[in-house]
Amino acid sequence: MESTLNTTEIKFNEEELKQIEKIKAKYPTEKSAIMDVMWMAQKKWGWLSKEVMQYIADLLNLPYSHVYGVASFYTMYFKKPMGKYHIQVCTNVSCMLNEGDMIFEYISNKLGIGHNQATQDGLFSLEEVECMGACGGAPMIAVNEDFYENITIQKIDELIEQFRNQTKNK
Amino acid sequence: MSNTPKLLLPDIPNLHEIDVYLTNGGYEQYRKAITMTPDQVINEVKISGLRGRGGAAFPTGLKWTFMPKGNEKPKYLAVNGDESEPGSFKDRQIFEYNPHQLIEGILIAGYAMGINVAYIYIRGEYHKWIKLMQKALDDAYNKGFVGQKMKEIFGNDYFLDIYIHKGAGAYICGEETSLMTSIEGDRGYPRYKPPFPAQYGLWGMPTTVNNVETIATVPAIIKIGGENYAKIGAPGHTGTLLYGVSGHINKPGVYELPSGTLLTDIIYNYAGGVKKNKKIKAVIPGGSSMPPLRGDEIEGVKMDEESLKKLGTHIGTAGIIVMDEDTDIVKVTLRIAHFYHHESCGQCTPCREGCGWMEKILKRIANGDATSKDLDLLISIANNIEGNTICALGDAAAWPVRGFILKFRDDFEKVIKHRRTFISPNIVHGRRNTASTLIYEEGTN
Ligand SMILES: Cc1cc2nc3c(=O)[nH]c(=O)nc-3n(C[C@H](O)[C@H](O)[C@H](O)COP(=O)(O)O)c2cc1C
Ligand code: SF4
Ligand code: FES
Repeated sequence: MESTLNTTEIKFNEEELKQIEKIKAKYPTEKSAIMDVMWMAQKKWGWLSKEVMQYIADLLNLPYSHVYGVASFYTMYFKKPMGKYHIQVCTNVSCMLNEGDMIFEYISNKLGIGHNQATQDGLFSLEEVECMGACGGAPMIAVNEDFYENITIQKIDELIEQFRNQTKNK
Repeated sequence: MSNTPKLLLPDIPNLHEIDVYLTNGGYEQYRKAITMTPDQVINEVKISGLRGRGGAAFPTGLKWTFMPKGNEKPKYLAVNGDESEPGSFKDRQIFEYNPHQLIEGILIAGYAMGINVAYIYIRGEYHKWIKLMQKALDDAYNKGFVGQKMKEIFGNDYFLDIYIHKGAGAYICGEETSLMTSIEGDRGYPRYKPPFPAQYGLWGMPTTVNNVETIATVPAIIKIGGENYAKIGAPGHTGTLLYGVSGHINKPGVYELPSGTLLTDIIYNYAGGVKKNKKIKAVIPGGSSMPPLRGDEIEGVKMDEESLKKLGTHIGTAGIIVMDEDTDIVKVTLRIAHFYHHESCGQCTPCREGCGWMEKILKRIANGDATSKDLDLLISIANNIEGNTICALGDAAAWPVRGFILKFRDDFEKVIKHRRTFISPNIVHGRRNTASTLIYEEGTN
């Protein structure tokens, strides 16, 4: 994830624009490219700000209201800045039976943030999510794109420590 | 135990690699299929007795006959890999361990229905599995098994393009019409049926929606023949199923077993029994929207649609959730109600409001601020949601709440009696919470 602070110039580069042409070619209408393009934008700018959504609207010849409408329908598109490490904790039934709700509480207390909040330093954000399709590995969490199954309090401490160090060493 | 056929997840190391798949007879079933006419292929699937694995167990061969013949209009196949029903984690195994069989199944289905474009809709959370599936797809394209080059490789003039569409966190997009509006680039609102997808699907064109596991089964049917496939498992609901077992269980995971396998066999022989050797209080047989069974009812229960229907529940996604004797049933029901409320798209009043009411009342029960009458109120709400909505999410929300209350009324009554505190008579209004934590308002982060 690149910096979310310096967003004066919101533009995809040449290569990304080519990628978008490829995405459009998958579908009979340009509009269908919207979800993939929003994924690209979120990866590049960290979240979908008003400016980013306006830019996507221009790119795909859609009204801003449409882009906002789609973005706000899906929980995985961030409509506000999230942490560099976005921690998703499943508390649905299979995970809850294996104390997933306690895992959520633990991380929440440890980082001092609640559902859909980010830490002041922008390093972590936390989300209580619905079943991630990993019930066989309950309790589970995901950090950004990676799943961590059969998680324990100890493993969480290790992971958070590891992420903190990774940032320091950069 | 060991001689049950493994048609979807055979024990072949690295089967996900195209070369390994090829040395194990990969893409031969498609070659076989194109020696038949499209109608013969559909007929073979009909004879096999294959029923959809996405939840509704609809006969697959029959569904395929709904597609119009001829190709004046484009036709589409949408493969449903949204896999968001709590307790379900089986399609993911196919993406990871046998992606080429899914691709081959798409080719056969496409050929049978005269379709030239297919989309695989995969839930956004499955980043890793989307990459694995994309890799398999790229490899298949490079070998010319998919796309325009197929004509050369297979020597006829049929071709099919396959694309992956990545979701972004919405359970409702697994519902077939919602899946289509999502692919079209709109908010994923379900559409009213009729018209059914075979008449009015993607971009208004004839479309078939099938689950990942359903399609991945098709090459196996072509391989052994419909008649032989029909001999596997329960007569009314044939074949092998991917049972996902989770909850209070020693060896959670996905087990490929014939339909009609005893539930107790799955739990105790395959999945290693209940954690800490406890007794079972409840089992959800097929994903969280299916009515539960009591622990004292599961003896002799066969895991196929026809057998479960007689018990007032369904096979659903075959996601089995096991709960031990110490489980707080009120908490489980509340969690399930919360899920469906959270995922309701909000188009229909009974679902949007009803799911909210059910969650609020259950929360009151859990907080000790309810009476027994609230249980009847919950059942009445569930009855009024069921069947009165655009899509089946309404039913999916109503069934478990009603099911848990009917089967575990004592548990609810006990909680109501023991936790009753009467905090304030007007607590529902006092606790109204309409703020959305997801919408960004300037300066409120
Ligand atoms: C709320 C809701 C969610 C659904 N989610 C899924 C899903 O994640 N995957 C799936 O294959 N089917 C899902 N379905 C069922 C689909 O609507 C459809 O019946 C199925 O994909 C058809 O495939 P099949 O005939 O092969 O089972 C869902 C249905 C509803 C009402
Ligand atoms: S039943 Fe619920 S999810 Fe389905 S269309 Fe109506 S409001 Fe939306
Ligand atoms: S319930 Fe947590 S991953 Fe399914």
